[in-house]
Amino acid sequence: MTLVTESRRPARSAPGPDRPRGGPDHSAWFLVLPALIPILVLSVGPLLYGILLAFTDAQSGRTEPTEWIGALNFRDLLHDTLFWESFRIGLVWAVGVTVPQFLLALGLALLLNQNLRLRWAARALAIIPWAMPEVVVGIMWRLVYNPDAGILNETLRDLGLGNGHDWLSGLGTALPAVVVVGVWAGMPQTTVALLAGLQNTPRELHEAAAVDGAGAWRRFRTVTWPALRPVALAITALNLIWNFNSFALVYVLTNGGPGGRTRLPMLFAYEEAFRYGQFGYAAAMGCVMVAVISILLAVFLVGRLRGGTKGGDEA
Amino acid sequence: MRTSTGARVGQYAALLAYLVFLAFPFLWLISIAFKPPRELASLHPTWIPEHPTLDNFRQAFDEQPLLRAGLNSLLAALGAAVIAVLIATPMAYVMARRRGRLTKAATGWVVVSQAFPFVLLIIPLFLVLKNLGLINSVPGLVMVYVVWSLPFALWMLAGYVRAVPRELEEAAAVDGAGRLRTLVSVTAPLLAPGIVATALFAFITAWNEFFFALVLLKTPEKQTLPVILTHFIGAEGVADLGPLAAAAFLATLPSLLVFALIQRRITGGMLAGAVKS
Repeated sequence: MTLVTESRRPARSAPGPDRPRGGPDHSAWFLVLPALIPILVLSVGPLLYGILLAFTDAQSGRTEPTEWIGALNFRDLLHDTLFWESFRIGLVWAVGVTVPQFLLALGLALLLNQNLRLRWAARALAIIPWAMPEVVVGIMWRLVYNPDAGILNETLRDLGLGNGHDWLSGLGTALPAVVVVGVWAGMPQTTVALLAGLQNTPRELHEAAAVDGAGAWRRFRTVTWPALRPVALAITALNLIWNFNSFALVYVLTNGGPGGRTRLPMLFAYEEAFRYGQFGYAAAMGCVMVAVISILLAVFLVGRLRGGTKGGDEA
Repeated sequence: MRTSTGARVGQYAALLAYLVFLAFPFLWLISIAFKPPRELASLHPTWIPEHPTLDNFRQAFDEQPLLRAGLNSLLAALGAAVIAVLIATPMAYVMARRRGRLTKAATGWVVVSQAFPFVLLIIPLFLVLKNLGLINSVPGLVMVYVVWSLPFALWMLAGYVRAVPRELEEAAAVDGAGRLRTLVSVTAPLLAPGIVATALFAFITAWNEFFFALVLLKTPEKQTLPVILTHFIGAEGVADLGPLAAAAFLATLPSLLVFALIQRRITGGMLAGAVKS
Protein backbone atom coordinates (compact mmCIF):
# COMPACT_ATOMS: atom_id res chain seq x y z
CA MET A 1 0.00 0.00 0.00
CA THR A 2 2.95 2.27 0.54
CA LEU A 3 3.68 1.81 -3.12
CA VAL A 4 0.52 3.66 -4.01
CA THR A 5 1.37 6.67 -1.92
CA GLU A 6 4.87 6.73 -3.30
CA SER A 7 3.60 7.26 -6.80
CA ARG A 8 1.51 10.22 -5.57
CA ARG A 9 -0.94 9.92 -8.40
CA PRO A 10 -4.63 10.20 -7.74
CA ALA A 11 -6.80 7.48 -9.28
CA ARG A 12 -8.61 9.97 -11.47
CA SER A 13 -5.67 10.55 -13.73
CA ALA A 14 -5.30 6.83 -14.24
CA PRO A 15 -7.37 6.30 -17.41
CA GLY A 16 -4.87 8.17 -19.61
CA PRO A 17 -3.25 4.86 -20.42
CA ASP A 18 0.09 5.79 -21.75
CA ARG A 19 1.84 9.09 -22.01
CA PRO A 20 4.54 9.38 -24.62
CA ARG A 21 6.98 11.03 -22.22
CA GLY A 22 6.15 9.74 -18.76
CA GLY A 23 9.32 7.82 -18.15
CA PRO A 24 9.08 4.05 -18.02
CA ASP A 25 8.04 3.75 -14.37
CA HIS A 26 5.38 6.42 -14.34
CA SER A 27 3.62 5.14 -17.40
CA ALA A 28 3.59 1.69 -15.81
CA TRP A 29 1.87 3.14 -12.77
CA PHE A 30 -0.79 4.78 -14.91
CA LEU A 31 -1.52 1.48 -16.54
CA VAL A 32 -1.64 -0.40 -13.29
CA LEU A 33 -3.57 1.92 -10.98
CA PRO A 34 -7.10 1.37 -12.32
CA ALA A 35 -6.85 -2.29 -11.39
CA LEU A 36 -4.61 -1.88 -8.38
CA ILE A 37 -6.93 0.37 -6.43
CA PRO A 38 -9.94 -1.99 -6.55
CA ILE A 39 -7.64 -4.87 -5.69
CA LEU A 40 -6.32 -3.05 -2.62
CA VAL A 41 -9.72 -1.73 -1.50
CA LEU A 42 -11.89 -4.76 -2.20
CA SER A 43 -9.50 -7.69 -1.93
CA VAL A 44 -6.29 -7.13 0.01
CA GLY A 45 -7.86 -4.69 2.46
CA PRO A 46 -10.88 -6.85 3.30
CA LEU A 47 -8.64 -9.87 3.67
CA LEU A 48 -6.51 -8.12 6.30
CA TYR A 49 -9.65 -6.72 7.91
CA GLY A 50 -11.06 -10.25 8.00
CA ILE A 51 -7.98 -11.55 9.78
CA LEU A 52 -8.31 -8.74 12.33
CA LEU A 53 -12.01 -9.52 12.81
CA ALA A 54 -11.06 -13.01 13.90
CA PHE A 55 -9.55 -11.47 17.04
CA THR A 56 -12.69 -9.50 17.92
CA ASP A 57 -16.19 -10.29 19.16
CA ALA A 58 -17.81 -8.65 16.12
CA GLN A 59 -21.47 -9.56 15.71
CA SER A 60 -24.09 -8.40 13.29
CA GLY A 61 -26.62 -5.80 14.44
CA ARG A 62 -24.97 -5.12 17.78
CA THR A 63 -25.00 -1.63 19.25
CA GLU A 64 -22.09 -1.79 21.71
CA PRO A 65 -18.69 -1.32 20.14
CA THR A 66 -16.78 -4.37 19.02
CA GLU A 67 -14.03 -5.41 21.39
CA TRP A 68 -10.63 -6.90 20.93
CA ILE A 69 -10.67 -10.33 22.54
CA GLY A 70 -7.32 -11.78 21.56
CA ALA A 71 -7.27 -15.44 20.67
CA LEU A 72 -10.53 -16.28 22.46
CA ASN A 73 -12.30 -17.17 19.21
CA PHE A 74 -9.54 -19.60 18.33
CA ARG A 75 -9.65 -21.16 21.79
CA ASP A 76 -13.40 -21.64 21.47
CA LEU A 77 -12.91 -23.04 18.00
CA LEU A 78 -10.46 -25.61 19.32
CA HIS A 79 -13.22 -27.11 21.46
CA ASP A 80 -15.96 -26.74 18.88
CA THR A 81 -16.51 -30.38 17.93
CA LEU A 82 -19.18 -29.46 15.39
CA PHE A 83 -16.68 -27.31 13.53
CA TRP A 84 -14.02 -30.01 13.46
CA GLU A 85 -16.56 -32.57 12.32
CA SER A 86 -17.45 -30.18 9.52
CA PHE A 87 -13.76 -29.71 8.81
CA ARG A 88 -13.30 -33.48 8.57
CA ILE A 89 -16.22 -33.70 6.15
CA GLY A 90 -14.67 -30.88 4.14
CA LEU A 91 -11.41 -32.80 3.81
CA VAL A 92 -13.18 -36.04 2.88
CA TRP A 93 -15.17 -34.11 0.29
CA ALA A 94 -12.15 -32.27 -1.11
CA VAL A 95 -10.02 -35.40 -1.48
CA GLY A 96 -13.00 -37.54 -2.49
CA VAL A 97 -13.81 -35.14 -5.31
CA THR A 98 -10.29 -34.20 -6.40
CA VAL A 99 -8.88 -37.71 -6.83
CA PRO A 100 -11.63 -39.20 -9.05
CA GLN A 101 -11.83 -35.88 -10.84
CA PHE A 102 -8.17 -36.18 -11.75
CA LEU A 103 -8.30 -39.85 -12.74
CA LEU A 104 -11.44 -39.49 -14.86
CA ALA A 105 -10.15 -36.29 -16.45
CA LEU A 106 -6.82 -37.96 -17.24
CA GLY A 107 -8.64 -40.83 -18.91
CA LEU A 108 -10.78 -38.50 -20.97
CA ALA A 109 -7.80 -36.31 -21.90
CA LEU A 110 -5.84 -39.36 -23.09
CA LEU A 111 -8.83 -40.44 -25.19
CA LEU A 112 -9.29 -36.99 -26.66
CA ASN A 113 -5.60 -36.90 -27.52
CA GLN A 114 -6.16 -39.97 -29.72
CA ASN A 115 -7.40 -39.73 -33.22
CA LEU A 116 -10.96 -40.86 -32.47
CA ARG A 117 -14.21 -39.90 -34.17
CA LEU A 118 -16.77 -38.31 -31.82
CA ARG A 119 -14.05 -36.22 -30.20
CA TRP A 120 -16.03 -33.13 -31.13
CA ALA A 121 -19.01 -34.53 -29.19
CA ALA A 122 -16.95 -34.89 -26.02
CA ARG A 123 -15.55 -31.41 -26.42
CA ALA A 124 -19.05 -30.01 -26.94
CA LEU A 125 -20.55 -31.89 -24.01
CA ALA A 126 -17.71 -30.89 -21.72
CA ILE A 127 -19.03 -27.35 -21.99
CA ILE A 128 -22.17 -28.28 -20.06
CA PRO A 129 -20.70 -28.89 -16.61
CA TRP A 130 -18.13 -26.17 -17.09
CA ALA A 131 -20.35 -23.32 -18.19
CA MET A 132 -23.40 -24.12 -16.12
CA PRO A 133 -24.22 -22.11 -12.98
CA GLU A 134 -23.40 -24.21 -9.94
CA VAL A 135 -26.91 -23.67 -8.67
CA VAL A 136 -28.31 -25.24 -11.83
CA VAL A 137 -25.88 -28.16 -11.52
CA GLY A 138 -27.24 -28.73 -8.02
CA ILE A 139 -30.86 -28.49 -9.17
CA MET A 140 -30.21 -30.82 -12.07
CA TRP A 141 -28.72 -33.51 -9.88
CA ARG A 142 -31.53 -33.11 -7.38
CA LEU A 143 -33.80 -34.09 -10.25
CA VAL A 144 -31.56 -37.06 -11.04
CA TYR A 145 -31.48 -38.20 -7.40
CA ASN A 146 -35.16 -37.45 -6.73
CA PRO A 147 -36.55 -40.55 -5.01
CA ASP A 148 -39.81 -40.65 -7.02
CA ALA A 149 -39.33 -38.77 -10.27
CA GLY A 150 -35.55 -39.23 -10.53
CA ILE A 151 -33.91 -41.09 -13.37
CA LEU A 152 -31.43 -42.84 -11.11
CA ASN A 153 -34.01 -44.74 -9.11
CA GLU A 154 -36.01 -45.42 -12.26
CA THR A 155 -32.97 -46.94 -13.92
CA LEU A 156 -32.20 -49.05 -10.86
CA ARG A 157 -35.80 -50.28 -10.78
CA ASP A 158 -35.63 -51.15 -14.46
CA LEU A 159 -32.46 -53.10 -13.92
CA GLY A 160 -34.07 -54.90 -10.99
CA LEU A 161 -31.57 -53.48 -8.52
CA GLY A 162 -33.94 -52.78 -5.68
CA ASN A 163 -36.63 -50.26 -5.12
CA GLY A 164 -34.62 -47.11 -5.18
CA HIS A 165 -33.32 -44.91 -2.47
CA ASP A 166 -33.62 -41.40 -1.12
CA TRP A 167 -30.03 -40.62 -1.99
CA LEU A 168 -29.66 -37.07 -0.71
CA SER A 169 -31.50 -37.67 2.57
CA GLY A 170 -29.92 -41.00 3.46
CA LEU A 171 -27.31 -40.70 6.22
CA GLY A 172 -24.96 -43.06 4.44
CA THR A 173 -25.56 -41.99 0.84
CA ALA A 174 -25.71 -38.19 1.07
CA LEU A 175 -21.97 -37.53 1.09
CA PRO A 176 -21.11 -40.00 -1.70
CA ALA A 177 -24.01 -38.61 -3.73
CA VAL A 178 -22.77 -35.02 -3.50
CA VAL A 179 -19.20 -36.16 -4.19
CA VAL A 180 -20.35 -37.62 -7.52
CA VAL A 181 -21.85 -34.25 -8.42
CA GLY A 182 -18.62 -32.50 -7.46
CA VAL A 183 -16.63 -34.83 -9.70
CA TRP A 184 -19.03 -34.27 -12.59
CA ALA A 185 -18.94 -30.51 -12.23
CA GLY A 186 -15.15 -30.14 -12.13
CA MET A 187 -14.09 -32.79 -14.60
CA PRO A 188 -14.14 -30.75 -17.85
CA GLN A 189 -11.88 -28.01 -16.53
CA THR A 190 -9.34 -30.58 -15.36
CA THR A 191 -9.62 -32.43 -18.66
CA VAL A 192 -8.89 -29.31 -20.68
CA ALA A 193 -5.86 -28.48 -18.54
CA LEU A 194 -4.50 -32.01 -18.87
CA LEU A 195 -5.21 -32.10 -22.58
CA ALA A 196 -3.20 -28.91 -23.03
CA GLY A 197 -0.38 -30.57 -21.11
CA LEU A 198 -0.62 -33.70 -23.25
CA GLN A 199 -0.39 -31.75 -26.46
CA ASN A 200 2.93 -30.38 -25.24
CA THR A 201 4.46 -33.82 -24.88
CA PRO A 202 7.01 -34.48 -27.59
CA ARG A 203 5.40 -36.68 -30.23
CA GLU A 204 8.77 -37.83 -31.63
CA LEU A 205 9.77 -39.23 -28.25
CA HIS A 206 6.52 -41.14 -28.18
CA GLU A 207 7.15 -42.60 -31.58
CA ALA A 208 10.75 -43.41 -30.76
CA ALA A 209 9.61 -45.26 -27.64
CA ALA A 210 7.04 -47.16 -29.68
CA VAL A 211 9.69 -48.14 -32.22
CA ASP A 212 11.84 -49.38 -29.34
CA GLY A 213 8.96 -51.67 -28.44
CA ALA A 214 7.70 -49.91 -25.34
CA GLY A 215 4.10 -50.82 -24.50
CA ALA A 216 1.38 -48.29 -23.92
CA TRP A 217 1.82 -48.25 -20.14
CA ARG A 218 5.59 -47.91 -20.37
CA ARG A 219 5.24 -45.10 -22.90
CA PHE A 220 2.82 -43.37 -20.59
CA ARG A 221 5.16 -43.72 -17.61
CA THR A 222 8.39 -42.72 -19.28
CA VAL A 223 7.29 -40.21 -21.92
CA THR A 224 3.84 -38.82 -21.22
CA TRP A 225 3.81 -38.57 -17.45
CA PRO A 226 7.10 -36.67 -16.98
CA ALA A 227 5.88 -34.05 -19.45
CA LEU A 228 2.40 -33.92 -17.96
CA ARG A 229 3.50 -33.82 -14.34
CA PRO A 230 3.77 -30.06 -13.78
CA VAL A 231 0.31 -29.46 -15.25
CA ALA A 232 -1.12 -32.37 -13.28
CA LEU A 233 0.33 -31.06 -10.01
CA ALA A 234 -0.88 -27.55 -10.60
CA ILE A 235 -4.43 -28.48 -11.52
CA THR A 236 -4.70 -30.98 -8.66
CA ALA A 237 -3.51 -28.42 -6.14
CA LEU A 238 -6.00 -25.87 -7.49
CA ASN A 239 -8.80 -28.42 -7.52
CA LEU A 240 -8.09 -29.30 -3.89
CA ILE A 241 -8.39 -25.65 -2.89
CA TRP A 242 -11.46 -24.98 -5.00
CA ASN A 243 -13.22 -28.10 -3.80
CA PHE A 244 -12.43 -27.40 -0.17
CA ASN A 245 -13.86 -23.89 -0.57
CA SER A 246 -16.91 -24.92 -2.53
CA PHE A 247 -20.30 -23.81 -1.36
CA ALA A 248 -23.10 -23.49 -3.91
CA LEU A 249 -23.29 -27.12 -5.04
CA VAL A 250 -23.82 -28.56 -1.60
CA TYR A 251 -25.95 -25.63 -0.47
CA VAL A 252 -28.41 -26.49 -3.23
CA LEU A 253 -28.13 -30.26 -3.04
CA THR A 254 -28.49 -30.88 0.68
CA ASN A 255 -27.88 -27.58 2.50
CA GLY A 256 -25.52 -29.52 4.75
CA GLY A 257 -28.02 -32.21 5.70
CA PRO A 258 -28.96 -34.86 6.62
CA GLY A 259 -27.88 -34.28 10.21
CA GLY A 260 -24.83 -32.31 9.14
CA ARG A 261 -23.40 -35.20 7.11
CA THR A 262 -22.58 -32.92 4.20
CA ARG A 263 -22.01 -29.68 6.10
CA LEU A 264 -18.82 -28.44 4.48
CA PRO A 265 -16.77 -25.87 6.42
CA MET A 266 -17.90 -23.10 4.06
CA LEU A 267 -21.55 -23.86 4.83
CA PHE A 268 -20.76 -23.98 8.54
CA ALA A 269 -18.98 -20.63 8.49
CA TYR A 270 -21.69 -19.09 6.31
CA GLU A 271 -24.37 -20.06 8.82
CA GLU A 272 -22.26 -18.86 11.72
CA ALA A 273 -21.77 -15.47 10.07
CA PHE A 274 -25.04 -14.77 8.31
CA ARG A 275 -27.59 -16.82 10.20
CA TYR A 276 -26.27 -16.35 13.74
CA GLY A 277 -24.40 -13.11 13.07
CA GLN A 278 -21.15 -14.25 14.71
CA PHE A 279 -18.80 -12.33 12.42
CA GLY A 280 -15.71 -12.60 14.61
CA TYR A 281 -16.09 -16.32 15.20
CA ALA A 282 -16.78 -17.04 11.52
CA ALA A 283 -13.72 -15.01 10.53
CA ALA A 284 -11.66 -17.16 12.89
CA MET A 285 -13.00 -20.23 11.09
CA GLY A 286 -11.94 -18.71 7.80
CA CYS A 287 -8.42 -18.14 9.16
CA VAL A 288 -8.18 -21.74 10.36
CA MET A 289 -9.37 -22.97 6.97
CA VAL A 290 -6.71 -20.98 5.12
CA ALA A 291 -4.00 -22.06 7.54
CA VAL A 292 -4.77 -25.77 7.40
CA ILE A 293 -5.22 -25.80 3.64
CA SER A 294 -1.96 -23.93 3.13
CA ILE A 295 -0.10 -26.43 5.29
CA LEU A 296 -1.67 -29.46 3.58
CA LEU A 297 -0.94 -28.00 0.20
CA ALA A 298 2.66 -27.23 1.10
CA VAL A 299 3.12 -30.80 2.32
CA PHE A 300 1.48 -32.18 -0.83
CA LEU A 301 3.52 -30.06 -3.21
CA VAL A 302 6.84 -30.54 -1.43
CA GLY A 303 6.25 -34.29 -1.24
CA ARG A 304 5.26 -34.51 -4.90
CA LEU A 305 8.11 -32.35 -6.11
CA ARG A 306 10.64 -34.35 -4.15
CA GLY A 307 9.09 -37.57 -5.46
CA GLY A 308 9.40 -36.04 -8.91
CA THR A 309 13.16 -35.52 -8.77
CA LYS A 310 13.63 -39.05 -7.43
CA GLY A 311 11.45 -40.47 -10.18
CA GLY A 312 13.41 -38.46 -12.68
CA ASP A 313 16.71 -39.94 -11.45
CA GLU A 314 15.39 -43.45 -11.82
CA ALA A 315 14.21 -42.94 -15.36
CA MET B 1 1.29 -45.38 -33.95
CA ARG B 2 -0.92 -48.28 -34.83
CA THR B 3 -3.54 -49.28 -32.36
CA SER B 4 -5.05 -52.74 -32.40
CA THR B 5 -8.73 -53.16 -33.16
CA GLY B 6 -9.41 -54.41 -29.66
CA ALA B 7 -7.85 -51.34 -28.12
CA ARG B 8 -9.84 -49.13 -30.51
CA VAL B 9 -13.11 -50.75 -29.47
CA GLY B 10 -12.18 -50.26 -25.84
CA GLN B 11 -11.35 -46.61 -26.50
CA TYR B 12 -14.69 -46.00 -28.17
CA ALA B 13 -16.55 -47.76 -25.37
CA ALA B 14 -14.79 -45.58 -22.81
CA LEU B 15 -15.47 -42.42 -24.81
CA LEU B 16 -19.13 -43.36 -25.08
CA ALA B 17 -19.31 -43.90 -21.32
CA TYR B 18 -17.86 -40.42 -20.80
CA LEU B 19 -20.37 -38.92 -23.23
CA VAL B 20 -23.27 -40.54 -21.38
CA PHE B 21 -21.96 -39.45 -17.98
CA LEU B 22 -21.49 -35.87 -19.14
CA ALA B 23 -24.80 -35.55 -20.95
CA PHE B 24 -27.43 -37.51 -19.07
CA PRO B 25 -28.15 -35.08 -16.18
CA PHE B 26 -28.71 -32.25 -18.63
CA LEU B 27 -30.96 -34.34 -20.85
CA TRP B 28 -32.96 -35.30 -17.77
CA LEU B 29 -33.32 -31.63 -16.82
CA ILE B 30 -34.67 -30.83 -20.29
CA SER B 31 -36.97 -33.82 -20.17
CA ILE B 32 -38.51 -32.71 -16.87
CA ALA B 33 -38.81 -29.11 -18.01
CA PHE B 34 -41.18 -30.17 -20.81
CA LYS B 35 -43.21 -32.76 -18.91
CA PRO B 36 -46.79 -32.17 -17.76
CA PRO B 37 -47.44 -32.78 -14.03
CA ARG B 38 -49.19 -36.09 -14.64
CA GLU B 39 -46.12 -37.57 -16.25
CA LEU B 40 -43.90 -36.22 -13.49
CA ALA B 41 -46.01 -38.01 -10.90
CA SER B 42 -45.96 -41.24 -12.86
CA LEU B 43 -44.24 -44.16 -11.19
CA HIS B 44 -42.26 -44.90 -14.31
CA PRO B 45 -40.82 -41.63 -15.61
CA THR B 46 -39.74 -41.71 -19.24
CA TRP B 47 -36.86 -39.94 -20.96
CA ILE B 48 -38.99 -38.39 -23.66
CA PRO B 49 -42.13 -36.54 -22.54
CA GLU B 50 -45.21 -38.17 -24.07
CA HIS B 51 -47.15 -34.92 -24.09
CA PRO B 52 -44.55 -32.14 -24.12
CA THR B 53 -45.81 -28.84 -22.73
CA LEU B 54 -44.64 -25.30 -22.08
CA ASP B 55 -46.84 -24.97 -19.00
CA ASN B 56 -43.85 -25.40 -16.69
CA PHE B 57 -42.20 -22.33 -18.18
CA ARG B 58 -45.38 -20.28 -17.77
CA GLN B 59 -45.77 -21.45 -14.19
CA ALA B 60 -42.11 -20.69 -13.41
CA PHE B 61 -42.59 -17.08 -14.52
CA ASP B 62 -45.79 -16.87 -12.45
CA GLU B 63 -44.19 -18.22 -9.30
CA GLN B 64 -40.98 -16.24 -9.19
CA PRO B 65 -39.85 -12.86 -10.58
CA LEU B 66 -37.67 -14.51 -13.22
CA LEU B 67 -37.65 -11.58 -15.65
CA ARG B 68 -36.58 -9.13 -12.98
CA ALA B 69 -33.93 -11.58 -11.78
CA GLY B 70 -32.71 -12.15 -15.31
CA LEU B 71 -32.36 -8.42 -15.78
CA ASN B 72 -30.42 -8.10 -12.51
CA SER B 73 -28.14 -10.94 -13.55
CA LEU B 74 -27.59 -9.35 -16.93
CA LEU B 75 -26.72 -5.96 -15.41
CA ALA B 76 -24.36 -7.50 -12.87
CA ALA B 77 -22.63 -9.70 -15.43
CA LEU B 78 -22.33 -7.02 -18.13
CA GLY B 79 -21.11 -4.42 -15.64
CA ALA B 80 -18.56 -6.80 -14.17
CA ALA B 81 -17.29 -7.98 -17.56
CA VAL B 82 -16.89 -4.52 -19.08
CA ILE B 83 -15.27 -2.90 -16.06
CA ALA B 84 -13.01 -5.87 -15.34
CA VAL B 85 -11.64 -5.89 -18.87
CA LEU B 86 -11.24 -2.12 -19.00
CA ILE B 87 -9.10 -1.99 -15.89
CA ALA B 88 -7.37 -5.36 -16.33
CA THR B 89 -6.07 -4.86 -19.86
CA PRO B 90 -3.56 -2.06 -19.05
CA MET B 91 -2.34 -3.88 -15.96
CA ALA B 92 -2.02 -7.16 -17.85
CA TYR B 93 0.03 -5.31 -20.44
CA VAL B 94 2.47 -4.19 -17.76
CA MET B 95 2.56 -7.67 -16.23
CA ALA B 96 3.40 -9.21 -19.59
CA ARG B 97 5.93 -6.65 -20.78
CA ARG B 98 7.84 -5.66 -17.66
CA ARG B 99 9.59 -7.58 -14.99
CA GLY B 100 9.73 -5.82 -11.70
CA ARG B 101 8.51 -5.89 -8.14
CA LEU B 102 5.08 -4.77 -9.26
CA THR B 103 4.69 -7.61 -11.74
CA LYS B 104 5.86 -10.09 -9.14
CA ALA B 105 3.44 -8.76 -6.55
CA ALA B 106 0.55 -8.81 -9.01
CA THR B 107 1.32 -12.35 -10.10
CA GLY B 108 1.57 -13.36 -6.45
CA TRP B 109 -1.83 -11.85 -5.75
CA VAL B 110 -3.34 -13.63 -8.75
CA VAL B 111 -2.09 -16.97 -7.46
CA VAL B 112 -2.87 -16.41 -3.79
CA SER B 113 -6.36 -15.11 -4.51
CA GLN B 114 -7.25 -18.54 -5.85
CA ALA B 115 -6.89 -19.87 -2.34
CA PHE B 116 -9.00 -17.25 -0.54
CA PRO B 117 -11.78 -18.84 1.36
CA PHE B 118 -14.68 -16.58 0.49
CA VAL B 119 -15.88 -16.61 4.08
CA LEU B 120 -12.85 -14.68 5.18
CA LEU B 121 -13.44 -12.17 2.41
CA ILE B 122 -17.20 -11.86 2.48
CA ILE B 123 -17.60 -10.77 6.10
CA PRO B 124 -15.38 -7.68 5.80
CA LEU B 125 -16.76 -6.97 2.32
CA PHE B 126 -20.26 -7.15 3.74
CA LEU B 127 -19.32 -4.65 6.48
CA VAL B 128 -17.56 -2.31 4.04
CA LEU B 129 -20.41 -2.35 1.54
CA LYS B 130 -22.91 -1.89 4.33
CA ASN B 131 -21.13 1.29 5.42
CA LEU B 132 -21.18 2.51 1.83
CA GLY B 133 -24.91 1.74 1.57
CA LEU B 134 -24.21 -0.78 -1.19
CA ILE B 135 -25.80 -3.84 0.39
CA ASN B 136 -28.77 -5.14 -1.55
CA SER B 137 -27.77 -3.22 -4.65
CA VAL B 138 -26.63 -4.46 -8.03
CA PRO B 139 -23.82 -1.84 -8.32
CA GLY B 140 -22.40 -3.11 -5.03
CA LEU B 141 -22.45 -6.62 -6.41
CA VAL B 142 -20.76 -5.44 -9.60
CA MET B 143 -17.89 -4.01 -7.56
CA VAL B 144 -17.39 -7.35 -5.86
CA TYR B 145 -17.60 -9.26 -9.15
CA VAL B 146 -15.06 -6.99 -10.81
CA VAL B 147 -12.45 -7.71 -8.17
CA TRP B 148 -13.42 -11.34 -8.06
CA SER B 149 -12.92 -11.79 -11.81
CA LEU B 150 -9.69 -9.77 -11.95
CA PRO B 151 -7.27 -12.62 -11.16
CA PHE B 152 -8.17 -14.76 -14.13
CA ALA B 153 -8.78 -11.72 -16.33
CA LEU B 154 -5.22 -10.55 -15.62
CA TRP B 155 -3.93 -14.06 -16.14
CA MET B 156 -5.66 -14.58 -19.47
CA LEU B 157 -4.92 -11.11 -20.79
CA ALA B 158 -1.26 -11.23 -19.82
CA GLY B 159 -1.06 -14.45 -21.82
CA TYR B 160 -2.61 -12.78 -24.84
CA VAL B 161 -0.25 -9.81 -24.56
CA ARG B 162 2.74 -12.13 -24.46
CA ALA B 163 1.49 -13.70 -27.65
CA VAL B 164 1.66 -10.35 -29.42
CA PRO B 165 5.19 -10.27 -30.81
CA ARG B 166 7.30 -7.47 -29.40
CA GLU B 167 8.86 -7.03 -32.84
CA LEU B 168 5.58 -5.64 -34.13
CA GLU B 169 5.58 -2.93 -31.46
CA GLU B 170 9.24 -2.20 -32.06
CA ALA B 171 8.67 -1.96 -35.79
CA ALA B 172 5.89 0.56 -35.19
CA ALA B 173 8.23 2.57 -32.96
CA VAL B 174 10.89 2.54 -35.65
CA ASP B 175 8.31 3.81 -38.11
CA GLY B 176 7.82 6.77 -35.80
CA ALA B 177 4.65 5.82 -33.97
CA GLY B 178 4.48 7.06 -30.37
CA ARG B 179 3.89 4.62 -27.55
CA LEU B 180 0.22 5.46 -27.26
CA ARG B 181 -0.18 5.22 -31.01
CA THR B 182 1.55 1.83 -30.97
CA LEU B 183 -0.70 0.55 -28.22
CA VAL B 184 -3.89 1.75 -29.85
CA SER B 185 -3.23 0.90 -33.48
CA VAL B 186 -0.88 -2.09 -33.26
CA THR B 187 -1.32 -3.91 -29.97
CA ALA B 188 -5.01 -3.35 -29.28
CA PRO B 189 -6.35 -4.79 -32.55
CA LEU B 190 -4.26 -7.90 -32.07
CA LEU B 191 -5.49 -8.20 -28.50
CA ALA B 192 -9.12 -7.68 -29.42
CA PRO B 193 -10.08 -11.36 -29.69
CA GLY B 194 -8.38 -12.04 -26.36
CA ILE B 195 -10.13 -9.10 -24.74
CA VAL B 196 -13.50 -10.27 -26.02
CA ALA B 197 -12.88 -13.82 -24.85
CA THR B 198 -11.83 -12.56 -21.42
CA ALA B 199 -14.88 -10.32 -21.15
CA LEU B 200 -17.19 -13.16 -22.09
CA PHE B 201 -15.53 -15.42 -19.56
CA ALA B 202 -15.98 -12.75 -16.89
CA PHE B 203 -19.60 -12.44 -18.00
CA ILE B 204 -20.25 -16.14 -17.50
CA THR B 205 -18.51 -16.20 -14.14
CA ALA B 206 -20.62 -13.32 -12.87
CA TRP B 207 -23.82 -14.67 -14.42
CA ASN B 208 -23.27 -17.99 -12.64
CA GLU B 209 -22.08 -16.62 -9.30
CA PHE B 210 -24.10 -17.52 -6.25
CA PHE B 211 -22.33 -17.04 -2.91
CA PHE B 212 -21.74 -13.27 -2.99
CA ALA B 213 -25.19 -12.69 -4.45
CA LEU B 214 -26.76 -14.78 -1.70
CA VAL B 215 -25.06 -12.78 1.02
CA LEU B 216 -25.28 -9.31 -0.49
CA LEU B 217 -28.76 -9.25 -2.06
CA LYS B 218 -31.62 -9.36 0.41
CA THR B 219 -34.87 -8.59 -1.38
CA PRO B 220 -36.33 -10.57 -4.31
CA GLU B 221 -36.51 -7.54 -6.60
CA LYS B 222 -32.72 -7.13 -6.36
CA GLN B 223 -31.72 -10.79 -6.47
CA THR B 224 -30.00 -12.46 -9.40
CA LEU B 225 -31.16 -15.62 -11.14
CA PRO B 226 -29.14 -18.19 -9.19
CA VAL B 227 -30.49 -16.82 -5.91
CA ILE B 228 -34.08 -16.72 -7.21
CA LEU B 229 -33.70 -20.29 -8.46
CA THR B 230 -33.01 -21.50 -4.93
CA HIS B 231 -36.43 -20.15 -3.91
CA PHE B 232 -37.96 -22.94 -5.98
CA ILE B 233 -36.12 -25.51 -3.91
CA GLY B 234 -37.24 -26.57 -0.51
CA ALA B 235 -40.47 -28.31 0.25
CA GLU B 236 -40.90 -29.26 -3.37
CA GLY B 237 -43.63 -31.71 -4.20
CA VAL B 238 -43.31 -33.68 -7.39
CA ALA B 239 -45.68 -31.19 -9.04
CA ASP B 240 -43.19 -28.33 -8.60
CA LEU B 241 -40.31 -30.12 -10.29
CA GLY B 242 -41.45 -28.98 -13.73
CA PRO B 243 -41.22 -25.22 -13.11
CA LEU B 244 -37.95 -25.73 -11.23
CA ALA B 245 -36.44 -27.55 -14.20
CA ALA B 246 -37.83 -25.02 -16.65
CA ALA B 247 -36.38 -22.05 -14.79
CA ALA B 248 -33.02 -23.79 -14.32
CA PHE B 249 -32.91 -24.62 -18.03
CA LEU B 250 -33.56 -21.01 -19.01
CA ALA B 251 -30.95 -19.68 -16.57
CA THR B 252 -28.33 -21.95 -18.15
CA LEU B 253 -28.88 -21.03 -21.78
CA PRO B 254 -26.92 -17.72 -21.76
CA SER B 255 -23.90 -19.36 -20.13
CA LEU B 256 -23.89 -22.25 -22.59
CA LEU B 257 -24.32 -20.00 -25.63
CA VAL B 258 -21.63 -17.55 -24.57
CA PHE B 259 -19.26 -20.34 -23.66
CA ALA B 260 -19.74 -22.02 -27.03
CA LEU B 261 -18.91 -18.66 -28.57
CA ILE B 262 -15.60 -18.24 -26.75
CA GLN B 263 -14.44 -21.70 -27.66
CA ARG B 264 -14.54 -20.65 -31.29
CA ARG B 265 -12.96 -17.28 -30.50
CA ILE B 266 -10.03 -18.83 -28.74
CA THR B 267 -9.31 -21.12 -31.65
CA GLY B 268 -9.65 -18.18 -34.03
CA GLY B 269 -5.91 -18.07 -34.45
CA MET B 270 -5.72 -14.41 -35.43
CA LEU B 271 -2.23 -14.23 -33.99
CA ALA B 272 -0.89 -17.04 -36.08
CA GLY B 273 -1.22 -14.83 -39.12
CA ALA B 274 -0.03 -11.62 -37.53
CA VAL B 275 3.71 -12.24 -37.66
CA LYS B 276 3.67 -13.85 -41.08
CA SER B 277 1.92 -11.00 -42.87
